Amino acid sequence: MTSLVHLDDTGLSHDRGSSFVFRHVDLTLNTGEFVAVLGPSGVGKSTLLRVIMGLIPPTEGQITLAPPSVQQTDSRRTALVFQDARLMPWRTVRQNVELGLESLGLSRKERYVRADEALRLVGLSAEAGRWPRQLSGGQRQRVGVARALTVNPDLLLMDEPFGALDAITRTGLQSELLAIWEATHKTVLFVTHDIDEAIMLADRIVVLAGSPGSVRGDLIVGPRPRDPSSPAMRVLAGRLRALIAGESDPGGAAYWQSAEI
Amino acid sequence: MIVLRPGTGTRTALSIAGLVVLLVIWQICVQFHVVPPGLLPAPTELWPAWRSELAGGYWQGAVRDSLGHYAAGLAIGSVLGAAAGLVCGAVPLVDALTGGIVRLLRPIPGLAWVPFAILWFGLNTAGATFIIAISVFWINFYAAWGAVKSVDPELCEVAAAFGHSGFVARMSYVILPASLPGLLAGLRTGLGQGWMSVVAAELFGVPGIGARMMQASSLLATDIVVVYMITMAGLYALTDFLFGFLRDRLLRWQG
Repeated sequence: MTSLVHLDDTGLSHDRGSSFVFRHVDLTLNTGEFVAVLGPSGVGKSTLLRVIMGLIPPTEGQITLAPPSVQQTDSRRTALVFQDARLMPWRTVRQNVELGLESLGLSRKERYVRADEALRLVGLSAEAGRWPRQLSGGQRQRVGVARALTVNPDLLLMDEPFGALDAITRTGLQSELLAIWEATHKTVLFVTHDIDEAIMLADRIVVLAGSPGSVRGDLIVGPRPRDPSSPAMRVLAGRLRALIAGESDPGGAAYWQSAEI
Repeated sequence: MIVLRPGTGTRTALSIAGLVVLLVIWQICVQFHVVPPGLLPAPTELWPAWRSELAGGYWQGAVRDSLGHYAAGLAIGSVLGAAAGLVCGAVPLVDALTGGIVRLLRPIPGLAWVPFAILWFGLNTAGATFIIAISVFWINFYAAWGAVKSVDPELCEVAAAFGHSGFVARMSYVILPASLPGLLAGLRTGLGQGWMSVVAAELFGVPGIGARMMQASSLLATDIVVVYMITMAGLYALTDFLFGFLRDRLLRWQG
């Protein structure tokens, strides 16, 4: 396994170091891995994504993104799916998907073809000409996923993308995301505060907790497909709950094992 | 049961009926001397008054001149006002620097600039255009400023996340399109304010509807004054109607 992103003792402070959002974060993401960052609200999970993406510079430590194997000009290294889709209401579905392509210097035709491909992947080909206000919450979030996929990122960052959806829509989108992930082999970093969601989706679950936030556990989840209600997964969920609460790791052998930190 | 919320068709019919009732009451008041004679022209006198203004070519000339002042003043005031409002809204440093100047100049009405308009431009088209442009400027300035201030900053983050960062990209990808509804609302208010200022701008002698109204009123020709009042209302309704079309096209995304 080759590592794609490496965080070395990373910390972020909004007030020049007197208090930290998160600190001493060490984390390595391997190419093709689906990693969930699990933690309570307000621990800085979303901010961590923005730091990894380069939107916010870290106060301490270093983030290294492995150089691309092939020099590509028609893709972005990272792309972000936001919690509330955040589509631009004045752009059609297709124009929203093309947003990232417009900074890559592609021709109108190339943009069209790639947006089509991404829309087909999320099952929204028929909605390409509609306005965001005409879509349901689930459809809007799919457009957000298509917008991120279409720039062909090495690292796909997802910031609680299904947190605001109803349970039925969320379950549907989770399995769609897994299908897309299996088809595209993207490296995914998925932020959530939902233990079952992390168990359903991720290869590895990184627990971020405490104040300032730090990595409290890094667990490998068992084989797929997952059933969050199976005994092994209930044990894992209990372990994750303890780590989030800041208790010591209760341990317990099942399909999981501790990853190297 | 009384219909409290009439439909669109019924509304139009009712508003026409209301106008007819006003005209009938107005006619009765004048014809049966409820109002002392000479104070108010009867609606039936307006048609001949308009015909005579048309025959003399006064009406066409006044409308042409005023439309010229209106269009030039509106264009200059709207473009400069919206541009200044956008820049002040988007650049905090400029906003802070101009804060005092804006507070000083804002409360001065267009009419108060008449002495300077005469001094700087003279009794001509440029002077009238200046007065109209000033009153339209502030409406657009505040509309644009407010529109920029209410842009969702999270959309700027989206643009940055997809490679559109920096001032120019932020303006063209987020601030301008997001402010468009506010900008257009300011423009629309300016359309009405512009017509009001036309009268003020022409009162001091620049030929046009306002000047013609002043001439007529000095001769107590109230019928002619009313003819031009209605002319102005009609021109405003027309410009507002056309603007509505443009606005609906530009803002299809709002539904």
